[in-house]
Amino acid sequence: MSSRSQQNIDALLKRRYEAGFVTEVEEETVPPGLNEDIIRLISAKKEEPEFLLEWRLKAYRHWLTMREPRWAHVRYEPIDYQAIRYYAAPKQKERPKSLEEVDPKLLETYEKLGIPLREQERLAGVAVDAVFDSVSVATTFKEKLAEHGVIFCSFSEAVREHPDLVEKYLGSVVPYTDNFFAALNSAVFSDGSFVYVPPGVRCPMELSTYFRINAANTGQFERTLIVADEGSYVSYLEGCTAPMRDENQLHAAVVELVALKGAEIKYSTVQNWYPGDEEGRGGIYNFVTKRGLCAEDAKISWTQVETGSAITWKYPSVILEGDNSVGEFYSVALTNNRQQADTGTKMVHIGKNTRSTIISKGISAGRGQNAYRGLVRVAKSAEGARNYTQCDSLLIGDRCGAHTFPYIEVRNRTAQVEHEATTSKISEDQLFYLMQRGLSAEDAVSMIVNGFCKEVFKELPMEFAVEAQKLLGVSLEGAVG
Amino acid sequence: MLLEIRNLHVSVEGKPILRGIDLAVDAGEVHAIMGPNGSGKSTLANVLAGREGYEVTEGEVLYKGRNLLEMAPEERAREGVFLAFQYPVEIPGVSNVYLLKAAVNAVRKHRGLPELDAMDFLKLVKEKIRLVRMDEQFLYRSVNEGFSGGEKKRNEVLQMTVLEPTLAILDETDSGLDIDALRIVSEGVNSLRSPERAFLVVTHYQRLLDYIVPDKVHVLAGGRIVRSGDRTLALELEKRGYGWVLEEAGLGAGAGPAA
Repeated sequence: MSSRSQQNIDALLKRRYEAGFVTEVEEETVPPGLNEDIIRLISAKKEEPEFLLEWRLKAYRHWLTMREPRWAHVRYEPIDYQAIRYYAAPKQKERPKSLEEVDPKLLETYEKLGIPLREQERLAGVAVDAVFDSVSVATTFKEKLAEHGVIFCSFSEAVREHPDLVEKYLGSVVPYTDNFFAALNSAVFSDGSFVYVPPGVRCPMELSTYFRINAANTGQFERTLIVADEGSYVSYLEGCTAPMRDENQLHAAVVELVALKGAEIKYSTVQNWYPGDEEGRGGIYNFVTKRGLCAEDAKISWTQVETGSAITWKYPSVILEGDNSVGEFYSVALTNNRQQADTGTKMVHIGKNTRSTIISKGISAGRGQNAYRGLVRVAKSAEGARNYTQCDSLLIGDRCGAHTFPYIEVRNRTAQVEHEATTSKISEDQLFYLMQRGLSAEDAVSMIVNGFCKEVFKELPMEFAVEAQKLLGVSLEGAVG
Repeated sequence: MLLEIRNLHVSVEGKPILRGIDLAVDAGEVHAIMGPNGSGKSTLANVLAGREGYEVTEGEVLYKGRNLLEMAPEERAREGVFLAFQYPVEIPGVSNVYLLKAAVNAVRKHRGLPELDAMDFLKLVKEKIRLVRMDEQFLYRSVNEGFSGGEKKRNEVLQMTVLEPTLAILDETDSGLDIDALRIVSEGVNSLRSPERAFLVVTHYQRLLDYIVPDKVHVLAGGRIVRSGDRTLALELEKRGYGWVLEEAGLGAGAGPAA
């Protein structure tokens, strides 16, 4: 690529991070470090029942026996787990009962991020749970959802109001022994969302959670649990941002999805955590375990657009336990500057005639490193299982990297597994072609990148597809027309 | 004068390709640039459109009285310079209609006009698509992806009719077309002919000029225009080949650097 296109592209890659501000709000924190007392303190602050404290402590004790995984294609300095603060919450006199009681500064923060929480200002079809550092500050449209029997609240509230459901399903998909970060999360998780959709109910609106990290030196340990009872349907979206800071911050989340017989869960993520600066200073370590469990005839679909974070380590997966169940994974992961991503999925076929689809689009720019890592496992019992995997990488410039690590384990002869992979570069010919039609260089790059991601974007709910396109444009420093 | 090329010298990777081109094109005119392979025809088309990798070592190009060579490719496009590509590229996932709308609105914005909304734009495009006899479904396919050679060229002409350029450069648009496609492409071009608009038609064969009748024909060889004439020159070339022109220009058959 000649020097001028390279300059054009370099200019585009100098991204603006628009969510990088800090909210000046007094926060209540616990001292840095991790031990059983801290866990007891977190549990007490959340007024949790005994079973949950016990579960946290078991997870903590198990975590102590584990070692941090090093197999991912990412590099970072060792994390000092004793230097992290495990709880931070904006100070509030009492738990706010309505939006009127929520600190206006917090409402302002979400407004600045384009997420107004006042219901009349919201998109009519979307209910929001807003999580600020370790706590949920507001959940909208709760009453309207309650009319349909849908429970949508913060995880903490679910623990208080629906302890039976929490006890039944917490850890049922991702046990605390699962992996190092899941064990850590299970010990110290702070807040996240809880959704329960009763049998046969089609959730009348999109549900979404907006995660915001604000406090410095604090980890965010989100825990989300979604249960779709028999024959129900729910579509859920999460978004994430954080201020720009020079030090790295840890976000270690666990998301569990339970789709009972004939239920469908559509889970979409637009992840825009602070990615660090051009030299790789700062940024979020996004180490996340997401998994869903499908009963008979159930369907779970993960769609993710990952543009932020210094390091992304996440593999939203589906256990296809029930016969005829369906798992899908649609992913766009963009790494720019010094960002690193190791992301993909696991599709575990257990039931008969289970089907899974994996579409992964990795975009590497600057010095970004992007790895797809996926496992398709067909158990002996999975008669007639089918998987289709398509894994495409797009390189922008010549200092970045794309890597593909597909693992396929098939133990049933009737299974059909397909894997396709491509790697391409944005060519000078493509750029010139679009510029000859009047587009600026940055619009041209955006258009090519968005075209590359189209198969994934079309899986996102309408409003969010537009948001994702814009975000991708901004992440490449260029708006999409 | 709409386009004035004066003593243009262009090198590619240090190797001279164009060695002193002089050409003046007035609004309303159609000029054909002919010549043997490697004579520099495509180089001329690409330099005018602003493709990188071409070094202008001497001379100048004025477009509407402005220094064209100083303008960025997208600015040239917005000022009405259109290149119908010899090899249009594929852009997966970007629909034709999406690209066309972005292009039209980039041009409109540049000219201080309000952007067209989706409805107005579709109306415009649906009128134009009939001219090149393409199905409307074509609009929703990814740009040039999986298109046949003929479809790609028709798509170039569709873009041209939608963008209504002031100076349209057709770089071997006829190559690889069967006779029906050639006729359709030519009709599209002819429908755009107007007193405000000029065409530079780069072609290897005179065949295209049966349909798009030029005002002037130039023979490019060895990086220079070695002969100019009216359309009868093209007919003569068809009959006698390029050899005699090259010999008269002292180049000898097949001489000249490869482009």
